[in-house]
Amino acid sequence: MLEQIYDLGGPLLLGAVTTVQITLAALVVAIVLGLGLALLKLSRLRLVHWLIDIYVEVFRNTPVLAQLFLIYFGLAYVGFKVASFPAAVIGLGLNGGAILTEVFRAGFAAIHHGQREAALAVGMTPWESMRHIILPQTWRITLPPLGNYAIALLKDTAVVSAIAAPEIMFYARNLVTSTFETTLVYVLAALLYFALSFPLARLVEHFERRQRAWL
Amino acid sequence: MSGFLAVYAEHWSSWWPQIAVATWNTVLLTVFSFALAVAIGILLALGKLSPLRLVRALCTAYIEVARGVPALAILFLIYFGLVPLGIVLDAFVAAVVGLGMSAGGYIAEVFRAGIQAIHRGQREAALAVGMTPAQSFRFIILPQAVQIVLPPLLNMLIILLKDTSICSLISTPELMLRAKDLAMMSFLPMHLFLLAAVIYFLLAWPLSLIARRVEARLRRGLRAASP
Amino acid sequence: MAAPLLRVEDLHKSFGSLEVLKGVSMTLERGHKTAVIGPSGCGKSTMLRCINFLETPSRGRIYLDGERFGEKEADGAVRPMTEKELARQRAHVGMVFQGFYLWPHLTARDNVAIAPMRVRGMDRAEAHALADTMLAKVHMSHKADEYPERLSGGQQQRVAIARALAQEPKLLLFDEPTSALDPELVGEVLKVIHELADEGRSMVLVTHEIRFARDVADWVLFMGDGDIVEEGPPDAVIGQPRHERTRAFLRQILQH
Repeated sequence: MLEQIYDLGGPLLLGAVTTVQITLAALVVAIVLGLGLALLKLSRLRLVHWLIDIYVEVFRNTPVLAQLFLIYFGLAYVGFKVASFPAAVIGLGLNGGAILTEVFRAGFAAIHHGQREAALAVGMTPWESMRHIILPQTWRITLPPLGNYAIALLKDTAVVSAIAAPEIMFYARNLVTSTFETTLVYVLAALLYFALSFPLARLVEHFERRQRAWL
Repeated sequence: MSGFLAVYAEHWSSWWPQIAVATWNTVLLTVFSFALAVAIGILLALGKLSPLRLVRALCTAYIEVARGVPALAILFLIYFGLVPLGIVLDAFVAAVVGLGMSAGGYIAEVFRAGIQAIHRGQREAALAVGMTPAQSFRFIILPQAVQIVLPPLLNMLIILLKDTSICSLISTPELMLRAKDLAMMSFLPMHLFLLAAVIYFLLAWPLSLIARRVEARLRRGLRAASP
Repeated sequence: MAAPLLRVEDLHKSFGSLEVLKGVSMTLERGHKTAVIGPSGCGKSTMLRCINFLETPSRGRIYLDGERFGEKEADGAVRPMTEKELARQRAHVGMVFQGFYLWPHLTARDNVAIAPMRVRGMDRAEAHALADTMLAKVHMSHKADEYPERLSGGQQQRVAIARALAQEPKLLLFDEPTSALDPELVGEVLKVIHELADEGRSMVLVTHEIRFARDVADWVLFMGDGDIVEEGPPDAVIGQPRHERTRAFLRQILQH
């Protein structure tokens, strides 16, 4: 039994590496997008708000799988071939960007406007007030929702097996076809995800507790 | 652009019946798995309040696992992984059970947080006017808890709606699977996945708007309730 | 001569290793008003909450109108009361909290009427009529249909007082009723309490409003560190305190 686990574990761990890579890459994309758009939304131009809102509503109200299929299969149809890994990162990143835009927006809003006024009063420009006063505090506030998003993202990577990205579920399905150890393989796959997400979940809990004390 | 839309006109009569059925399946799948998830969530939330340590531990373990393992992995386990053990489930049933069990973990936390959000002073005031703990729960805590959990529950419903698309990967006959099949058959992935995305949007967006409205009304009400 | 309305005998309360009440005893006659003053942490709120068993005493006995409160004496043994028995007793004691704790999902009228309906079994019309009478007493009739979120702190506290009055209680307990209020709202609540006192209601009033206590109470308890340091008529305890601790406390608090 243990040798079986050992044999099956190898490919699954290989998949896990890809899982982690996709998660990290998509996380970066999502944070850059989310933070950037949240900053843009501070503008008073209604057109900007409107465009960002459309992006957010579209990506939050359609399934990730549909977004991935559109990028992977749909774009190929119009002549734009995207490989699995980049398609996964772009798809998950765009999806996450929509979620994180709201997270960062809420983070900015949570900081009392009086602090920005005080920053301006000591002679900072709006940009400097953002850089030195608002953003550093936003980090602390957004860490728990960011952490929770990261965990959700990790789990969402399972879906990219459908566009042939070589992550855990992809290897799991191949293993089942070749070894017929259906139950064991899928149990191991589930355990592997749990092993990856559990420490993240504890970390998020830690930050949530620290945050409650800080607030 | 007109060429793009012309494709829809051309295929509509053959696509629409299949898409309609598949969409209805998606709706059913969403509703059933949501109902299961709420039932499981309530049981787990109550279980976490149990005086028995074993019950509390089991419930906590379930919630941790359900929140730490992807729904897809759970679906695969239930649909494929149970077969060698003699349990063969229909794809739709497996989908309902898988999504329900996965979401149940989240909903349990929603209920727990909802009950805890009510200031304990209100319970004390209820006891002080002569209510029993059961009465205070029935007339004071529960009505408010229901209001509090409504937005997160609605959000969970929207998430489940989107997650039904994953069930296509265990060949559940819902919208995503139908779109993919039709896309492969007709070599028109862009059109079909776009159509599917639009349908999901039309189902989910109204729910989002309702959830946001409920959330906004709640925040005003609870803010002034305790000093 | 009738038994005192309230008798507290040798009340002890510890939270874990922290002993908050170290053997407090007091009595209250019907129609009398006792004020309890003292620094934060001296145990005065805890004592109040032990009287209606929101906190269970570690040791000691409470008697309301001659009947043992919170515990049942039967065949020489004493056992804690069931929730139902306790609820029945608590219905005779009205409590007003520092944090008001109005129920946000009910209007002011419903806040006052729900206990008469659900606890005492009145029908809706009767309960509403009672609620309206009580709201009129606290000068809140005009806001009967409002939800707590639309009421100021002072208004909420007055509704809370009406809620306690609707129990037609034998005894009223006030736990620092104005401490959570903005200064300009304190007066309206004190006015209502004063009116209730003038009506001859029995009450125990824990408060920081020393001048008010002197005005309203016929007996004052000064507590410190879980004990009663000094007690007596208001003019004695507040006007000419004998103990240095009492003097120090009054000096500090009357500076505000």
